[in-house]
Amino acid sequence: MSFITGVGLTAFGRHEGSSSLDLMSKAAELAIADAGLKRAEIDGILCGYSTVAPHIMLATVFAEHFGIRPAYAHAVQVGGATGLAMTMLAHHLVEAGVAKHVLVVGGENRLTGQSRDASILALAQVGHPDYEVPLGPTIPAYYGLVASRYMHEYGVTQEDLAEFAVLMRRHALTHPGAQFHEAITVADVMASKPVALPLKLLDCCPVSDGGAALVVSREVTSEIGVRVRGCAQAHTHQHVTAAPALSELGAEIAIARAKANAGVAISDVRYAAVYDSFTITLAMLLEDLGLAGRGEAAARVRGGHFNRDGAMPLNTHGGLLSYGHCGVGGAMAHLVETHLQMTGRAGNRQVRDASIALLHGDGGVLSSHVSMFLERVR
Amino acid sequence: MSGDARRPADWTAGAEAIVYQSCAACGGLQYFRRSFCAVCGAADPVEKRASGAGTVYATSLVCRAATPETRAHVPYNIVLVDTAEGFRMMAHGDHDLAIGDHVTVRFVPFAGRLVPYFAKTKSSGASGT
Repeated sequence: MSFITGVGLTAFGRHEGSSSLDLMSKAAELAIADAGLKRAEIDGILCGYSTVAPHIMLATVFAEHFGIRPAYAHAVQVGGATGLAMTMLAHHLVEAGVAKHVLVVGGENRLTGQSRDASILALAQVGHPDYEVPLGPTIPAYYGLVASRYMHEYGVTQEDLAEFAVLMRRHALTHPGAQFHEAITVADVMASKPVALPLKLLDCCPVSDGGAALVVSREVTSEIGVRVRGCAQAHTHQHVTAAPALSELGAEIAIARAKANAGVAISDVRYAAVYDSFTITLAMLLEDLGLAGRGEAAARVRGGHFNRDGAMPLNTHGGLLSYGHCGVGGAMAHLVETHLQMTGRAGNRQVRDASIALLHGDGGVLSSHVSMFLERVR
Repeated sequence: MSGDARRPADWTAGAEAIVYQSCAACGGLQYFRRSFCAVCGAADPVEKRASGAGTVYATSLVCRAATPETRAHVPYNIVLVDTAEGFRMMAHGDHDLAIGDHVTVRFVPFAGRLVPYFAKTKSSGASGT
């Protein structure tokens, strides 16, 4: 068994003058304190990557900077799925007895550490260097392609997609750490600047500075335990040109494996934390995971299904779309929020019941998937 | 019209051509060039030149580019095309292309290189290639 014993999250947005290591350290400090542990008790470190400060040994750089000499340490790179992939690995390391307390950390000054063009350019490199990148695509364009096809096959409209941006913004309004604090409407999303049609500016997550961390332990360190009930991955392709048919994407494979691994059904889930780099990402993943029927996710948003007080509260911190996206730490914020909800510490965002949560991360262009179930235990 | 050269140059090397690979052992097709078949692992898949005909699978009109070279071309339409030969490729295309349109390639300059560019196939002129 393994438990998520502590979580830490910085505000997302501008952290002028903070380096990636600063943001990682801040989040790590919070997570270790939240777990009630001392630094010296951390014997494993997993960290992500920083596009601002790339390094071939980031985990060791961080460990030295932070002041820990772990028995196990390395970086992990699976794009947007990195946070959950690290959590899954930490779970297995702890279960296997390799480490007692694994610190999982991600953080980056992606907004103030480089130009927005540099960020867009760095991320576009997930495309094929010979057959895609010379055509000048951007990450929004890769997802724009997927969106056009999904909309074509399932009758989803741009107004439907806009609903997800509005929902995430509404949730972010209740979180002081979120990057955006102004309410938006479907009309605002529709009128926002075209980026890579059908995606417009408000269909896209922002670039942020921020950090997030968590500790995975063999034993609980407080009264309420959050146990990793089960998890699984699926990797079907890297490049959108080589992606399988929409009906064969990795999210469905990963969730099927995770359900079998955890012995949990979607009907057991009370809280959902789903990757939302773009509105289309969230719409597709909700439907791939079985949290809505094909082409029906937007109708469920309109009906309040994913609201804080709805049947399936979703990304109550505002998600990547409105809490913000600082790279690896971005999707880890989903996990931090889930932990707060499961332990009854989400304040004015608290949902009725978050006893079993489903988390899902996606890296690349729906290339790498990690599904995870968390369960509250006492 | 196909497989006449050992390693025919394609647009990624500056030539006005689309080249793909076909595995003699399993019949698998691949667009990204490798020295083996990614389906069965057999060595030396046969290089073939594609006809340039296909069907639009997906489109995205890029309005925000990230480099000065590409920004000069904004907006440009990125398309995924399912070729007549059976592989999928990324290219540029006319702005009015819709999913399902039958298209034919030509090659145009973009950001200092030559890239494949698809437009709707003229319905007359029965069987060109």
